[in-house]
Amino acid sequence: MNATLLIARRELGTYLRSMTGYIIAALLLLVDGLLFNIFAIGGDDKLSAQVLAQFFFYTSGLTMIASVFLSMRLLAEERQTGTIVLLMSSPVGEAEIVLGKFLSGITFLAMVLALTLFMPLLVLVNGKIAPGHLVAGYLGLLLLGSAAMAIGTLGSTLARTQVLAAIFSACMVTAMVLAWMLVKVTERPFNDVFASLAIHGKHFMPFQEGTIHVRDVVYYLVVTMVALFAAVRVMEVRRWR
Amino acid sequence: MIQVKGITKYYGEHAAIRDLTFDIDEGEVIGFLGLNGAGKSTTLKILGCVLLPTSGEVRVDGIDTAAAPEEVRRRIGFLPDTPPLYNEMTVGRYLAFAARLRGVAPGDVADRVASAEERTSLRTEHDELIGTLSHGYRQRVGVAQALVHRPKLLIFDEPTSGLDPKQIVEMRSTIRGLRGDHTILVSSHILSEISQTCDRLLIIQAGEIVDQGSEEDLAARLSPGRSVTIEVDVAGPPDVALTILGRVPGVIDASLLSRAGELSSLQVSAATDLRAPIARALVLGGVDLVRIDRAAGRLEDIFLQLTQGLGPGPGAGSQSRQDRQGQSEGPQ
Repeated sequence: MNATLLIARRELGTYLRSMTGYIIAALLLLVDGLLFNIFAIGGDDKLSAQVLAQFFFYTSGLTMIASVFLSMRLLAEERQTGTIVLLMSSPVGEAEIVLGKFLSGITFLAMVLALTLFMPLLVLVNGKIAPGHLVAGYLGLLLLGSAAMAIGTLGSTLARTQVLAAIFSACMVTAMVLAWMLVKVTERPFNDVFASLAIHGKHFMPFQEGTIHVRDVVYYLVVTMVALFAAVRVMEVRRWR
Repeated sequence: MIQVKGITKYYGEHAAIRDLTFDIDEGEVIGFLGLNGAGKSTTLKILGCVLLPTSGEVRVDGIDTAAAPEEVRRRIGFLPDTPPLYNEMTVGRYLAFAARLRGVAPGDVADRVASAEERTSLRTEHDELIGTLSHGYRQRVGVAQALVHRPKLLIFDEPTSGLDPKQIVEMRSTIRGLRGDHTILVSSHILSEISQTCDRLLIIQAGEIVDQGSEEDLAARLSPGRSVTIEVDVAGPPDVALTILGRVPGVIDASLLSRAGELSSLQVSAATDLRAPIARALVLGGVDLVRIDRAAGRLEDIFLQLTQGLGPGPGAGSQSRQDRQGQSEGPQ
């Protein structure tokens, strides 16, 4: 566990010292602010809860995109620059390396998401928001971000370059988002399977409306664990190849 | 310290190394010599527990690398051909990170970092960003990260690669300074590096160890009966010196190579390395000895013979390998 935290701390320091992290954070905040102003607050009069739900909807899309870009460098960059050898020649297991990398990414994402908090708080100027709605929405964003970040970490272990890692991860996340659209064009039992697999739709909607279902929490945790487990296996296999 | 038994590594269909077997004793400084693509880096990565062999067994300090890789990695400091450096970190922070990663207790980290910086002459670069350092200093940081946790075994893959002559001398001196405290395995295709730094050579070609031993052993085995060439520079006319040289027991032939002003350059062929008796005879004979040295190129000859099949031939190479395997299997 010590090694995991050590790797996570170093990696988080890299996000905070490099331009990439700040650029991704700035873009997320910029686009999220625009969407919030144009679609969530703008247009017809809405209830505060509806504004908040729309804010979480737009932020969820940006969270997935940010996760893909934040995770692309995690292991692909280490392979690209050869620094992975430092980790691989140290008495540290593959699981500790992957977990440390993932923790740094999700911590940075949480920091960026915390910076979006001013937008829902602006709703308080002319309306009311339930603290529970806020908590549920942000928990949903974190869980969705965690699943996307884990998929991104897997993509980063598979690819030799950061660009390839981003492409792999984006393809995997997009496929899991699009599974929701397949629900509409398929019949039972396939539409049930696609609905259960979809990373957004059925599993995120309740969070954006202010409801927490254990089923959805478990789904995101399982996706995160499976993706991280696959990343660890890829790392282990690399020692044999 | 290291027992390697029949390791083979395949990358897809291609065998990078084949059935390697060798032992390294504690405290030895071993030179791992081979042309590019011979399988040096793959072998060192396996010894450094970065890669696992397709088959075969590696034991470091009695521990099987496949069964307990993390235990083995605690005992190893590994510098790959490209130093694994984080450009955005300072030297001090990077070394502290490497030390913590290798299990050094938090209270000991500062001492270990200071000690590693001292040994690699990096004290003044402690607060420098690694990204701003020159190639030579980056290589030193690479060496420092390998020894910061005081491992028993140090593995350096081409540590002088890309360095200028001054930096090569400094790196050689750094590696010599580590002798005694660690078992050291250095790979290189720069022959003089290996010759001047190591106790024993392992010569690898096309993924196989084609021979091993000290430079003297290899020369004796590969060119039995071949003379040793010694170069002698003396001040003044060569006649007296040539006469004296002809009387030294063991000298086969002595001849004048060139004359430049007062300096005469002579070449002596002898059965063995007779530099000491030759120098003594010349000085006692009243000749002003300016320089005496063995002719360069001996190790290069050995290396080329072994790696280009100019030497004893594949039969002899495989015979000697089988002999060694037989010997190494004996005591086990």
